[in-house]
Amino acid sequence: MNALAEGPEVSALRAMTLIVRRELRLSFRRPEQVLQPLVFFLIVTTLFPLGLSLQLSLLRDMAPGVLWVAALLSSLLSLDSLFKSDADDGTLDQLALSGQSLTAIVVAKTAAHWLVSGAALVLVSPLVGIALGIPVSVFPTMLGSLALGTLSLSWLGAIGAGLTVGLKRGNVLVSLVVLPLAMPLLIFGAGATDRAAAGISSAGALYLLGSLCVFTCTLAPFAAAAALRITLE
Amino acid sequence: MWTWFYRLASPPYVYRTAAALTPWLMTVAVIAIVCGLIGGLGLAPPDYQQGDAFRIIYVHVPSAYMSLFCYSAMAVAGAIGLIWRIKMSYALAAATAPVGASFTALALVTGSLWGRPMWGTYWAWDPRLTSELILLFLYAGVMSLRPAFEDPARGDRAAALLSIVGFVNVPIIHYSVQWWNSLHQGATIAKIGKPSMPGSMLWPLLTMLLGFMCFYGAVVCMRLRGEVLNRERQSAWVREAIKS
Amino acid sequence: MNFWAMGGYARFVWPCFGLAGLVLAWNVWSARRFHAAARVRVARAILMTEE
Repeated sequence: MNALAEGPEVSALRAMTLIVRRELRLSFRRPEQVLQPLVFFLIVTTLFPLGLSLQLSLLRDMAPGVLWVAALLSSLLSLDSLFKSDADDGTLDQLALSGQSLTAIVVAKTAAHWLVSGAALVLVSPLVGIALGIPVSVFPTMLGSLALGTLSLSWLGAIGAGLTVGLKRGNVLVSLVVLPLAMPLLIFGAGATDRAAAGISSAGALYLLGSLCVFTCTLAPFAAAAALRITLE
Repeated sequence: MWTWFYRLASPPYVYRTAAALTPWLMTVAVIAIVCGLIGGLGLAPPDYQQGDAFRIIYVHVPSAYMSLFCYSAMAVAGAIGLIWRIKMSYALAAATAPVGASFTALALVTGSLWGRPMWGTYWAWDPRLTSELILLFLYAGVMSLRPAFEDPARGDRAAALLSIVGFVNVPIIHYSVQWWNSLHQGATIAKIGKPSMPGSMLWPLLTMLLGFMCFYGAVVCMRLRGEVLNRERQSAWVREAIKS
Repeated sequence: MNFWAMGGYARFVWPCFGLAGLVLAWNVWSARRFHAAARVRVARAILMTEE
């Protein structure tokens, strides 16, 4: 963080790179923050086959939806680490006062957060796919849809986390705020994987997912920065 | 020129004006709704396809329309509050939220009861129904977020931001029947000049819509007075108003 | 009596209108209660400062 004391001549890009590196370094120092949501993801996907005791063929039909719901819930869990610890120790206030654009800071923090949560989820998903009986031919669509979806989710989550940072029952509220916004993602993401599993072209759903991703990536940073400005001032 | 705008933002003015408007709006609402009910339940002929079940339209469409209108009003009021820092705008947003949520719930339930005889099911995960349900959740999110902050002003701003973010759902609901193959029927009134309903069925619908709109106005005026009192509790004019 | 039967759809049509009436009534009742509670809170605040 010394580099940020270089003075106001620090360019936004350099500040963002520094923040991303800091976030990644902190995540490696606290691996549980990364691993716990992943384990949660694995556990939740296990709950469905256990609770429903379905034959493997039926399970395969449900698999894309189960995968996506589990990914959604696990993303919510990992949102806690986006702003909370920085808000608690005052780093967030310092960042806000540093003179750098709050939007740029939010972009950097969220991008770093996705790298250790969403990207990790995408990497683990083949394991889960096998456990749920998703055919390997569907994996490219599954991975693609999850990558786009978790990215959008990180952005929506940044808005939700920004609004609820420091609130007492912030965890529940984040879910209440983010989940309705995430429902279209779930519909298209699971839909894309479903179509691929059925052998139909999933291109349409993937394009829609992609456009949702672009939409959230461009607009959400401003909303999340505005949310932080509201909660921090 | 802007004096009327600033007067709108003055809490005592809002409090008095809301009190004055309420009885008028409520009277028009009651008259319109009664006329609409007479026209819709009694005078309009039964539909050749749906029989008398189509009469549900006279509560379903107005409540669905109002659910979207109220959310839009809430989001716009929130935006005005954020951009121009007008506290009364936040009060309007807070007053509208529960009313809009109740209309959304009513639209969902009446739609469900209409769906059973028409489509054979109480529910379907079709784009319009799903996005209307998401609207209900968005209302719930906004209404839960506002009181969660210790500082009410901060809660107002946060709720305003959330309602603006969620506004993206409103055009989705409206255009869902055009963009996707939906179970739900297409636009009823919006076809300008050539509505798909005969006049005898249409006028009660428009009357009910007017009635619901005026009802919303009356109820929001009532709620607004409570919101103003809560927000201006420390002011001198409030003390005078209550003592009298 | 044909009116009440609603062409056989009575058990769908009348609950809809009944629920609509309930929702409208709830809105009025809730708004009044909210305003009354706000008045009480203000009155209490006045009393506390005048003590």
